[in-house]
Amino acid sequence: MEGQELPCVLIDCIGGKHGVYEDHAEFLKERFCLITMKEYLENKSFLGKKIRAIYMWYHKPVINEELLQSLPNLKIVASSGAGVDHLDLNLLSSYGVKVSNTPLTVSTDTADLGMALMLASSRRLVEGHQMAISPDTEYFPANWLGAEVSGATLGIVGMGTIGYKVAERAKAFEMKILYHNRKQRNKEEEHAVGATYCKKIDDLLQQADFVMLAVKLTPQTHKLIGKRELQLMKPTAILINISRGLVVDQDALVEALQNKVIKAAALDVTYPEPLPRDHPLLKLKDVLITPHIGSATVKTRHLMKENMTESIQAGLAGLPIPNEVLL
Amino acid sequence: MPAEGRGWAAAEVGGAAERTVPERPGVMAEQELPGLLIMDVGGTHGVQESLAALLKKHFCVITMKELLENKKEMGKKIQSIFVSECRPAIDKELLESLPNLKVIGNSGVGVDHLNLKMISNFGVKVTNTPHAVADSTADMGMALMLASARRLVEGSQIAVSPDTKYFAADWLGVEVTRATLGIIGMGRIGYKVAQRARAFEMKILYHNRNRRSKEEEQAVGACYSEMEDLLQQSDFVMLVVNLTPETEKLIGKKELGLMKHTATLINISRGAVIDQDALVEALQNKTIKAAALDVTYPEPLPRNHPLLKLNNVIITPHIGTATVQATHMMAEEAIANMLSVLKCQPIPSEVFPQ
Repeated sequence: MEGQELPCVLIDCIGGKHGVYEDHAEFLKERFCLITMKEYLENKSFLGKKIRAIYMWYHKPVINEELLQSLPNLKIVASSGAGVDHLDLNLLSSYGVKVSNTPLTVSTDTADLGMALMLASSRRLVEGHQMAISPDTEYFPANWLGAEVSGATLGIVGMGTIGYKVAERAKAFEMKILYHNRKQRNKEEEHAVGATYCKKIDDLLQQADFVMLAVKLTPQTHKLIGKRELQLMKPTAILINISRGLVVDQDALVEALQNKVIKAAALDVTYPEPLPRDHPLLKLKDVLITPHIGSATVKTRHLMKENMTESIQAGLAGLPIPNEVLL
Repeated sequence: MPAEGRGWAAAEVGGAAERTVPERPGVMAEQELPGLLIMDVGGTHGVQESLAALLKKHFCVITMKELLENKKEMGKKIQSIFVSECRPAIDKELLESLPNLKVIGNSGVGVDHLNLKMISNFGVKVTNTPHAVADSTADMGMALMLASARRLVEGSQIAVSPDTKYFAADWLGVEVTRATLGIIGMGRIGYKVAQRARAFEMKILYHNRNRRSKEEEQAVGACYSEMEDLLQQSDFVMLVVNLTPETEKLIGKKELGLMKHTATLINISRGAVIDQDALVEALQNKTIKAAALDVTYPEPLPRNHPLLKLNNVIITPHIGTATVQATHMMAEEAIANMLSVLKCQPIPSEVFPQ
């Protein structure tokens, strides 16, 4: 297969901080003519016309109107991950460019991480580990306690694919499960995980020992959890965020934690990522932060690459696109 | 049935004669409650205040300090001992000073810290709390497996480190969903681990002294395996056995060598179930990928121990039952067990020397 016969796909770069993984690049090169942003910028007029798809990994390359104007043959943008809040979908649509994401591949890993954060926070795992290895530790104190996950009440805000998988897992811990969602799920789905619908988020917030955020970021969910919502939560409750940092009013969260309005928070996502190094969230004892690793497993990243490849190939062939994101 | 010397116990035994009715019904004088020895209330090694209050409803609680200050008088009162986090330590000298001791109620299921034969020779019964520990310990096993697989401790350090400028794209962990979990020791706790792991669509292998029934296996989707097969096929090996002479150093160099080099070993049983030196070597040589240990031998480890320095090891300070709920349930279960001994009723969870 000569290089020219393979469709040209724009990527940000290979390797480095945010680039496509070396081993993934090998796979992609068998199917596409990969063009890096650097190569494109060095030869815009020639390469611009050849590029028919963008393989967007870790939100790069950034797509703006200028780029869209210089890629007249762009058909599809395949974006890694479930979230598309970093894309201007209206803009892309206006240029006739289709968009795909990878919502299902990330779902089990993200649900697993939600459970991991809930367990780690409730049982004070990171603190405990630090005590176990600290040079100053002479004995393990009695009455150093966490709180039980089994049998507690979990409130899931956002019962999409990921939220539902969290519920499936939490059920095995005999948790009482409440959920809040734009739409109520059907009876069979609710029954299968023992989940009770809370039409008003307030009811969920007031009863839950753990509040887990699994919503998409949209204008409606921006700062969904603010001062009012935090006040409604139990003072013994833990907030877990596996959605997007902007779903939480971070300043309100800091205040709530400092004033013990809620007990703790476990956040895989913040705004921005990483947080500035002097941010108060980094200093609070009852906060567990992970570096946005919801889908960060070897297997899942391979699956994402495969799904994105499929979507691009379908898009270029004019076939129905798996995981297409519709406006 | 012989009535005990104390009026309260005699009334409960229910013999027609020797029935002692308190003068003011509903008001028990403290002396009438059986004496219970505990380490201390509060402080670094004592029982929580709320648990002490619970104990005081049923017993006349005597601390070690009070016993030592007045050995002769206090010694005679003590009919039971509440052992929590291995304290107070039970030795021959203590047993000899407590002529009316009937039962040692251990908070927790493991009794490897108690010399059961010696205690039995004194005619004293030992009870544990197998029901109260199960959920919280199973939860801890799951917490360690998830934290290790997803590199949660490392990740949290990166997230807060002053040196962090960006989050690297190629920083990855491994999946738990649909991976293979090998449970060694399928008792109450092991079974609860299996119930939880099933919800993560894990393939579950187990090894146990006795095979579980078909229904029990099917309910959690667990396959009985020989040890070797389990070790060779598992992505996560979780130890949930009792510590006995048979399980001491159950996991040694040979077993670690059989494990996948991508596998993680999780221990929520007792430190001595693993040959710790062999584990250190296996981790250093990448014979296995990682370990997550709620228990070690000793606890804590000496501060210069190699396990503390390995970056693929998570250690937690034996917190398998360290929740408000579990500690309360353990105290309640211990109380029920101790009272059953003192009342000569069937004992829910007696532990016998092997």
